Amino acid sequence: MKWKTEDGGWSPYAAGALAGILAIASAFATTKLLGKTSYLGASTTFVRAAGFLEKTTASERVAANEYFIKEKVRVDWQFMLVAGIFLGALISSATDKSFKLESVPPTWKSRFGASIIKRAVWAFGGGVVAMIGARMADGCPSGHGLSGMMQLSVSAFVALALFFVSGIITARLVYGRRA
Amino acid sequence: MSKEQLLGLATGVVFGFLLQKGRVLRFDKQVGAMLLKDMTILKFMFSAILVGMVGIVLLSNAGVISISHKPMNLGAVLLGGILFGSGWAVMGFCPGTSIGALGEGRWHAIFAVAGMVAGAAIYAELYPFLKTTVLAWKDFGKIGLAETIGISQWVVVAILWVGVIALFFRFEKKRL
Repeated sequence: MKWKTEDGGWSPYAAGALAGILAIASAFATTKLLGKTSYLGASTTFVRAAGFLEKTTASERVAANEYFIKEKVRVDWQFMLVAGIFLGALISSATDKSFKLESVPPTWKSRFGASIIKRAVWAFGGGVVAMIGARMADGCPSGHGLSGMMQLSVSAFVALALFFVSGIITARLVYGRRA
Repeated sequence: MSKEQLLGLATGVVFGFLLQKGRVLRFDKQVGAMLLKDMTILKFMFSAILVGMVGIVLLSNAGVISISHKPMNLGAVLLGGILFGSGWAVMGFCPGTSIGALGEGRWHAIFAVAGMVAGAAIYAELYPFLKTTVLAWKDFGKIGLAETIGISQWVVVAILWVGVIALFFRFEKKRL
């Protein structure tokens, strides 16, 4: 086991363990400062982002939608957390020179070619399906995978196992064994 | 910015920094894990879980923080889990990592993000229908594993530590 990866990154074990400490610190800080324990998550923010976007053209529709009412379309703690992920990744990659403008992922390119349109269509479609699934299951690899597992929630064990089983089967079908 | 928003932002910056340093934001790493060829994201994820759960169990037992289980709604978790997994494999990102990938210059993640925002809007439209169908099937509620099977939380924690460490040794041995 190495502490640094070849491109200057950290051992995923070390970075992950620190993320575990962050999760504990964050649960503690939200309880003390905001009065309610919040756990790391990301997918509800996409609901709020969708709500904000829809509001620009159909505000009555958003106001009347049961799901938007339930999840509350506002810039909350998690929304800023997700914005922070962008910033943190930018700071980290810019300072260790791993920032790279990339139009198509390398493994995708070697399997399906350099077409941006093709990648865009598949990524968009995958995104639609994944987010419907995440909202139905009430969490993503952050909410279920990290936060739910840390709390030993039954739903997290089941969801995380299914994420991977379904992901492995789909990846086999889409990318084949050679990718 | 409110206190709530500032705290979220600060937490997110550290989280994004660590995700990037662990190199888990890449499409290649995510798909690599699903093709069982590169276990970087599992190493990161399970290291976080092993460390995090000790603190979460300690603090919640001490009454310092509160636990909030997501409901074990059978139809929702089963169908949702399967849908998420298949979309994840095609997109090559999960919700959090897609935003992080944008931060490290992988701008093609914007298509995945756009798809997920659209998916969220579609879900909001489907919600009234799902509530009376998939979501209404069987809800076991917000349950924890230890309480459900009637053992100590620390037994679950110990089993996970042993199992995951064994898995890590296997990853290293096979150079995954």
